[in-house]
Amino acid sequence: MKLVNNAAGRKVPETIPGIGKLEPFQGAYARTPLVRREKGSRTLPRLNKIVDTLEQAILKCGLQDGMTISFHHHFREGDYVVNMVMDIIANLGIKNLTLASSSLTSCHAPLVEYIRKGVIKRIYTSGLRGVLADEISHGLMDTPVLIHSHGGRARAIETGQLSIDVAFLGVPSCDLYGNANGFSGKSACGSLGYAIVDARHAKKVVLITDNLVDYPNTPFSIDQDLVDYIVIVDAIGDPQGIATGATRMTRDPRELLIAELASQVIVTSGYFEDGFSVQTGSGGAALAVTRFLRERMLERNIKASFALGGITSQIVKMHEEGLIKRILDVQSFDLEAVRSIGENRYHTEIDASYYANPLNKGCVVNKLNVVVLSAMEIDTEFNVNVITGSDGIIRGASGGHSDTAIGSGLSVIVAPLVRGRTPTVIDKVTTIITPGETVDVLVTDHGVAVNPRRSEVLEKLKLSRLPVYTIEELKKKAEKVTGTPEPLPFGKKIVALVEYRDGTIIDVIREIHT
Amino acid sequence: MLYVPGNSAAMVKDAHIYRPDTVMFDLEDSVSYREKDAARFLVYQTLRTIDYGGVETAVRINGLDTPYGKDDIEAMVRARPNIIRIPKTEKAQDVSDVETEIERVERKIGLPIGTIKLFVAIETPLGVLNAREIACSSNRLLGIALGAEDLVTSLRTSRSKDGIELYYARSQVLYAARVAGINAIDTVYSNVQDEEGFLAEVRLIKQLGFDGKSVIQPNQIKLVHRVYTPTEEEIHKALRVLEAIREAESKGSGVIALDGRMIDKPVVERARWTIELAKASGVVPEEVKL
Repeated sequence: MKLVNNAAGRKVPETIPGIGKLEPFQGAYARTPLVRREKGSRTLPRLNKIVDTLEQAILKCGLQDGMTISFHHHFREGDYVVNMVMDIIANLGIKNLTLASSSLTSCHAPLVEYIRKGVIKRIYTSGLRGVLADEISHGLMDTPVLIHSHGGRARAIETGQLSIDVAFLGVPSCDLYGNANGFSGKSACGSLGYAIVDARHAKKVVLITDNLVDYPNTPFSIDQDLVDYIVIVDAIGDPQGIATGATRMTRDPRELLIAELASQVIVTSGYFEDGFSVQTGSGGAALAVTRFLRERMLERNIKASFALGGITSQIVKMHEEGLIKRILDVQSFDLEAVRSIGENRYHTEIDASYYANPLNKGCVVNKLNVVVLSAMEIDTEFNVNVITGSDGIIRGASGGHSDTAIGSGLSVIVAPLVRGRTPTVIDKVTTIITPGETVDVLVTDHGVAVNPRRSEVLEKLKLSRLPVYTIEELKKKAEKVTGTPEPLPFGKKIVALVEYRDGTIIDVIREIHT
Repeated sequence: MLYVPGNSAAMVKDAHIYRPDTVMFDLEDSVSYREKDAARFLVYQTLRTIDYGGVETAVRINGLDTPYGKDDIEAMVRARPNIIRIPKTEKAQDVSDVETEIERVERKIGLPIGTIKLFVAIETPLGVLNAREIACSSNRLLGIALGAEDLVTSLRTSRSKDGIELYYARSQVLYAARVAGINAIDTVYSNVQDEEGFLAEVRLIKQLGFDGKSVIQPNQIKLVHRVYTPTEEEIHKALRVLEAIREAESKGSGVIALDGRMIDKPVVERARWTIELAKASGVVPEEVKL
């Protein structure tokens, strides 16, 4: 056995049969450059990841032409981070980037210029809205946008299909070492569920905050060992656009009618039993379902085991009154939800992979009993479109729609039969986001249709006094009012690819000529 | 009876989904002068096209003293709603004038005379005082409604929570309806945000004896039905009364008693009415015999 002197002056072996090669000690600091050497000083650069400017952070990360950068969309319509970072990257002359944001909203209109100038070459996102969506729909980009679901994005990142070079993550509170959470500070957004996946897997992570707090910033959502640099700015978002007080219950009679009918469907479906789990979307009708379910739960002394998803004040209230035992929160929709996630240990923050990654060892959508989702269009095969409007322009997001539809026991789509002059139930949806084989029930203001695949649910609903029709009958009712719409003037060019949650391409969106 | 502005395509096309007993398309006060033609055209086309799923349809026309009233009748008789509602009725002659016009159009298009039924609205002090002659003025009349907004202004007062200012008018309209054997429908409650206030008013008019209420917001329909739907206890009691009657009749006994109390004719009448209401509300199956 060969022995060598190590840095502590001891003779140690270099190899041991049965174990293999060993490294002799080289000094306490030799292999851990980030550990502080001079005790007593709190301001050593290595103990403080703050850099003066965003530009310095970008340069230190080594961002180069052709790399992939990522963002999260927890600041929704109030986000300042994407535009702020892109301004500086453009000034640095970096080009051909892939922008992989968990989603993009109408506040990201300035990106149009950076696409035109070649700064952004490709986009991965869950959704697009506003001017950016309009331009892309009209053929702005050479390479199609890749639309993914929230679970699909987490899968792509965790499997390495989407490799992020630098993640720029806005955080509402952060300490100088990178412990960050979303529920405190003036730009509080609650859960950082989508950002956590990026922080774990990006090669470099830059946190951007407007609220530096004392170390250690516990409880934290993004932990210090994932973070490379921190930049402090005046504001990371507009609180008005991030989250408003408590989500107001709709007073729209049509939405209330649909919501009440949907709650009756759920109660009758066989899935409404003590310990059931539920997710409701944030649209007017979907949200109001929560209220009607609450009444039925009180009547029948039924409690839910958990509520999942985008969390609102209504869910928080039901949790606090004991009707929902646990909350799993990937995205907080209002300030009540933000408050609750900060105060309540049973209101648990989850990341996008835990939420919906189809390839991990167990995402929570698989444990979901009932989900209520909205739709822009649904066809007679029950395929659902939540991304392209009736004018062919992108104006929505894939979100968790396809993830929860397949994971849940009962997926309920709520939509008015006719919007304006456009029928919602049609022969073929413009774009498929969620395949019909995963959609169970459609609830409209004119009646209910059950996917024939779910004959046991259909039988139960037929026994009740609910207005059950076939989806073809609902389509005819709609067309009686609206007539059959003219086909949309789509061109040949593909402007977006719609990726199903498993990474396969389920549909494409083509350039619209209007 | 749900008011639907006749110029709103979005609302006209499917107001029946909220399941009011009657949908009333308005061509009168909720439609501005500039849109009278458009509203008339829209309501005509909708009534000819859309299946209202068994919900009764009514149209409130403009008065014959306006430039629109005659054209409204001309179009609406052809559109064939169940009911034409006459606004601001003050005397029996107002009803006769409209009836004459309707009959003329019915004849012209070969519709059996009397197909189109009538509803009147009382909205002025003179109308209130003449309620009885108005209510008895036509065989086509199905009901008489009170419209309070104009009335309280004429009375130099305003709507209050307890409705004291409408007490006389409500009673007068109700008595007129009962004399004529037609329905009495109460006025609208315009603060659509105030659910509690609305419920209190519905309870009040039900207690007075009204058959129903006009509503301007679909969310109010459920609340009216909730107040008017007999409770389980009321239904149970009514069924027992009717059962006791049947038993007594089969035995041929004259005096009927239930739980030691005599059942006379008014008690039986009320029991019948309770079961009728319960059937209409869908809480008692149609098969139950009276």
